Amino acid sequence: MLVSEVEFDPADAAAAAVRFAVRAEPDVAYAVIGTPVGTLVAATTTRGLVRLAYEDDNGGVDAILDRLAQRVSPRILEAPARLDAVRRELEEYFAGARTSFDLPIDWTLTSRFGREVLRACSAIPFGETATYAQLATLAGSPNGSRATGNALGANPVPIVVPCHRVLRTGGGLGGYTGGLHRKEALLAVEGRR
Amino acid sequence: MLRVTPRPFQRFLDAHREDVWRYLAAAVGRHDADDCFQETFMAALRAYPDLRPGSNERAWVLTIAHRKTVDHFRARARRAVPAGDDLLEAAGFDPPARDEGGLWARVGALPPKQRGAVLLRYAGDLTHAEVALALGCTEEAARRSAHEGLKRLREDLGDARV
Repeated sequence: MLVSEVEFDPADAAAAAVRFAVRAEPDVAYAVIGTPVGTLVAATTTRGLVRLAYEDDNGGVDAILDRLAQRVSPRILEAPARLDAVRRELEEYFAGARTSFDLPIDWTLTSRFGREVLRACSAIPFGETATYAQLATLAGSPNGSRATGNALGANPVPIVVPCHRVLRTGGGLGGYTGGLHRKEALLAVEGRR
Repeated sequence: MLRVTPRPFQRFLDAHREDVWRYLAAAVGRHDADDCFQETFMAALRAYPDLRPGSNERAWVLTIAHRKTVDHFRARARRAVPAGDDLLEAAGFDPPARDEGGLWARVGALPPKQRGAVLLRYAGDLTHAEVALALGCTEEAARRSAHEGLKRLREDLGDARV
């Protein structure tokens, strides 16, 4: 086999691949971002932030990317520069310098009802909370607390869309897809609990 | 896992970047490999949703890389100004500038069909059937081109390395 005759440095191939990822225009760009509540995988499309996934709660980076490939597009590339605004706003939020996000959201991964619930949830101000029942009413489904809870649990962009601000009537934490310790941590960032 | 769509393109890139780079370094030289590398993966990205799960990703991307090297050689031939000995260069027979030395320089000097077959088979490590698909000929013709190309290299180089 003549393959071994070619002078070859794997670093050249790796560098070429990075240059490609920087210049290409994938349907989905992602980056891995560290935060005080753990490692996140953030993904954007041309429309906006489509996914913000807790790495350890979703089977790891590869599993997250696989699901994005199936549900949004397989044309996914790691392109940290395209996630600069997301990274910056998250840093500001955790540093206490930002109380609302200016990031456009791509709602592709939500159902119609889910979108209503999450939009209503986005109206809960920083540092405040609402109950599942209140949110259900705001989303136009006054008897749908459970469905509302499910829709919140399926929030594809936690933290930015603040489903952590929704509690049980009576003050119980309720649930949180990323783990209750994270819900508590986010409420603490906002000066609650 | 059972796939309906191709895997994330980043993983495809990770998996094949070295094979593509090695192939292009042999085909067009390290200096020009990057341009062809970028064009190869740009084309692959555009066509990616059409890739059937279960198909041979490696042969697919090396076939694209092969087409980009053909474009590269054609463009070089067009740029060359024919004048005497330069007629050979204009015909695309000029070996690309490279720093690896003898073997791959002589491959570059082969006629296009033999050059393509030898590169795809021995730098790309494709089967004869895959080479045939990439070149758009029969498997028999692909084998013949690779065989004749190797024979020519042995005659040119006169050593047992090939």
